[in-house]
Amino acid sequence: MVMNELEGIYAIWLREVKIYFREKERFVASVVSPLLWIFGFGAGLGATVAIAGVNYQTYVFPGIMVMTVLFTSVFYGLYVIWDRKLDFLKEVMVSPLSRRWVFVGKMLGGVSDAFIQSMVLFIIALVLQIPLTPAGFVASLVVIFLTAACMTSIGLFFGAILSSMESFQLVSNFVVWPLFLFSGALFPISNLPSWLQVLTFIDPLTYAVDALRGTMLGTGVFSFGLDAGVLMVFCVLAIGIGSWAFERMGKL
Amino acid sequence: MINTSKLTKKFGDFTAVDKLGLDVAKGEVFGLLGPNGAGKTTTISMLITLVEPTSGTATVNGFDIVTQKSDVRKSIGIVFQEPSVDDLLTGRENLEMHAKLYCMPREIRKKRIREALELVELTERADSFVKTYSGGMRRRLELARGLLHRPKVMFLDEPTLGLDPQTREHIWMFIRKLNKEEKMTILLTTHYMEEADTLCDRIGVIDSGKIRVLGTPKELKRAIGGDTVVIRKKGFDRKKLRGLSFVKSIAQNGSETILGVQDAHSNLQKLLARIGPIDSVEVREASLTDVFLKYTGKKFRDEGEDGGEGGWGNRVMHQSNVRG
Repeated sequence: MVMNELEGIYAIWLREVKIYFREKERFVASVVSPLLWIFGFGAGLGATVAIAGVNYQTYVFPGIMVMTVLFTSVFYGLYVIWDRKLDFLKEVMVSPLSRRWVFVGKMLGGVSDAFIQSMVLFIIALVLQIPLTPAGFVASLVVIFLTAACMTSIGLFFGAILSSMESFQLVSNFVVWPLFLFSGALFPISNLPSWLQVLTFIDPLTYAVDALRGTMLGTGVFSFGLDAGVLMVFCVLAIGIGSWAFERMGKL
Repeated sequence: MINTSKLTKKFGDFTAVDKLGLDVAKGEVFGLLGPNGAGKTTTISMLITLVEPTSGTATVNGFDIVTQKSDVRKSIGIVFQEPSVDDLLTGRENLEMHAKLYCMPREIRKKRIREALELVELTERADSFVKTYSGGMRRRLELARGLLHRPKVMFLDEPTLGLDPQTREHIWMFIRKLNKEEKMTILLTTHYMEEADTLCDRIGVIDSGKIRVLGTPKELKRAIGGDTVVIRKKGFDRKKLRGLSFVKSIAQNGSETILGVQDAHSNLQKLLARIGPIDSVEVREASLTDVFLKYTGKKFRDEGEDGGEGGWGNRVMHQSNVRG
């Protein structure tokens, strides 16, 4: 029985990955955006600022990496709203594969999308001469995996409980941007007033950004173990609410 | 194969399906006929385990739609109202994904996909992206997908909505084939009378979430009475028709005598015997459209259940569930 379910999960994952490569516009758009941030924002601001002894463009790189994963993952999940509108998801929802496994397949699809995109950024990292060691690379992949799994689950959660396309804006403004801005992706958290610092501590992305700064630049504040541990907790929670929302769909 | 008992679905205050009772036998093609918003799609959504009923119960292939979802899902194939095949996958990829979701072993998968593609005549286009398919080809692909796992029951929600007449004819052919050759029980919804008439063994006219009338297309048409018999005969003598209670009206149009006859099907013999030799005769049976309008039309709703004529065929079950 377990083999059968793996087959089903694989089917859903495979579909997502195929779609990702075939929707060229989506791929191009998702690569251009981090490039703008790195070369437009990073280089522009970097001409005048240096933080923690490195130029700003290098400093902000892990943050841009997290941002890319964040946007790709959450919006990937939100697309479920669209799939539901088109009857497309119904085909999957009435298959014998349980909703929980449908969720897992979808989530792994989103994680794969985010992975592919982060590979593009790793290539840019080489160009920017970011001092990435092989061990640092592997550790970074672990962080990206956890972050993507967490954010895709959050996206799928909102995709499952919301029903109109207008919800995109809502989730974008109330979830995605706050998660990004309070993660310390663009500046050190220690610069924030203390009440805002509290917000940063409950933002899972804070730990993702810090972990990547550690693995890529060697300038993390917390230990890698702490960052990864906290991310993992957030990840489990997000997967929990996401699969719950999937099982609940249709009981309305 | 499909049994429902007091099946009800409410969305807030609105009752989409209202204590629906249905009984579809094995091997039957059953049509749910009704205007838009009558509750057809909601009924199907419940039967295919997509939506849970507010109250009442139903079984499909003997399995309960709430407590045995997984068994129900394995027993059914579905063609949804809206397109649900993936544009960015090829026809074959769509089928492969489906086969994997239904846990079909690899060897069987390949074989069944080949067979299904042949059945719906899509073999040559199997490896093109679905976005290059016409509406009819998509429909056929969805049919192929629905029958891939050999379901016992097939649900078709408006299977020919928006298709041209040729394509529609084509789809009908496949539906008949599934029923005859694959021995599938089929429940379809439609608001095309012609479709219901040619495909369905039995029809349930549904409106406001209730079954208004149930029977074979023939029974339904016969039961509403008003068939038309057109007779050509020189020197037609009206007096000959005296005492025939089933003749409801007589009108003359040149050399044609137009008779309103109740149940022309069984009364024609008697009628012609009375009239004697004629030049020609033409019988126009009441159409399903007449049936449909009678049970869902404005007139019915205003007048209530008393439509004014007796003559219900014995085998026609008439459920007089009138609003108000």
